[in-house]
Amino acid sequence: MGGYGTVIAAGITVGLLNRWLLLRSDYRHYPTYPHGQLIHLALGFIAASLGAVAVPAIAKPDFVAVTFLVLAAQQFREVRNMERETLTQLEETKLVSRGTDYIEGIARVFEARNYLVIMTALLCSGTVQQWGLKYVFVVGPLLILLSLKLMSGSYIGDIARVQEGRIHFKGSLLMVDDVVMMNVGLPQTRKKIMDEGMGVIIKPMDDNARLNLDAPGQRKAIIHDVVSILGSKVDVNETELMPMARKQVDQGYLAMFIVANEPDMEMLIEIIKKVPVLESARGTTLLSYYGRKAAD
Amino acid sequence: MVERRQIKMNTGLNEYILAIVTCEKDRVISGGCPVFLASGQEEMEHISLLLARILGGIVHDLENGIYFICKH
Repeated sequence: MGGYGTVIAAGITVGLLNRWLLLRSDYRHYPTYPHGQLIHLALGFIAASLGAVAVPAIAKPDFVAVTFLVLAAQQFREVRNMERETLTQLEETKLVSRGTDYIEGIARVFEARNYLVIMTALLCSGTVQQWGLKYVFVVGPLLILLSLKLMSGSYIGDIARVQEGRIHFKGSLLMVDDVVMMNVGLPQTRKKIMDEGMGVIIKPMDDNARLNLDAPGQRKAIIHDVVSILGSKVDVNETELMPMARKQVDQGYLAMFIVANEPDMEMLIEIIKKVPVLESARGTTLLSYYGRKAAD
Repeated sequence: MVERRQIKMNTGLNEYILAIVTCEKDRVISGGCPVFLASGQEEMEHISLLLARILGGIVHDLENGIYFICKH
């Protein structure tokens, strides 16, 4: 039994460490609250234990126990529901909403990370069982690095060029370069926009990226991330300065407009480059034969 | 146990002209929404600003001397 103790402990330790490292939190990443993090660390612990116990259960051999483990793993499907529900509830009181695509993406990531933890713990305890404790110091960090790398996904900066756009008015229409944003009636609002507004053009690099930026969910995610870092001058019942992203219908690139609390153009561009590409909005036309043919 | 869900409805009128503000009454035939007559450009801007704040909408300009308030 003493042998199994080390096996399980090694699996749990590496698994939990993995969950903790995956739980990066900054302005954009949810959760930012200590309690939210605790919930996920606790779930990570459970996931790690599940993975770690599996190897001794097979080695013993106790196949009934393994069946129960599979049943327990089903519980992690609830994680996605939990995250989705919380974020959707919070959406109602947000001035600038995340959008359902972004929420779905976050929820999926949270579920997937638990499976990743189970896998890490399983492989680590397997290593200890098979070859001995010292090998876990090689395999553990390797697995953690691998899961960090695999789960990072791509960013807007990888699929599009982001550059400054010129804000101007054509009559009462607010334009960023040649893209019509909206109709602004009051002269004082126009002046405020001209003084403090920032415009950005997001040019997709290929057809996949164009489809991706087309998705309203992806645009909402961009706007949400920008607002959560730079702030916006929108208030309840004062929605005139609502940030928005519109596309140039002929060329397919996006124009974004925002009146931020921190008008820093360079940082705005950097933030947009770091917005994750949403799984649900990802364009895949170039993977299909007809898509490739149509693109040339 | 029956799950109870509170359904919250947005009962405001979105994407609908809530009010029209103009100095030129000949250009507007009364329709489904109130029309406010202003005596000059300045008053027109002021009235529409107040209405927009009260109604939670934003002011649009039709570029022919007519402003209207709409909620999006």
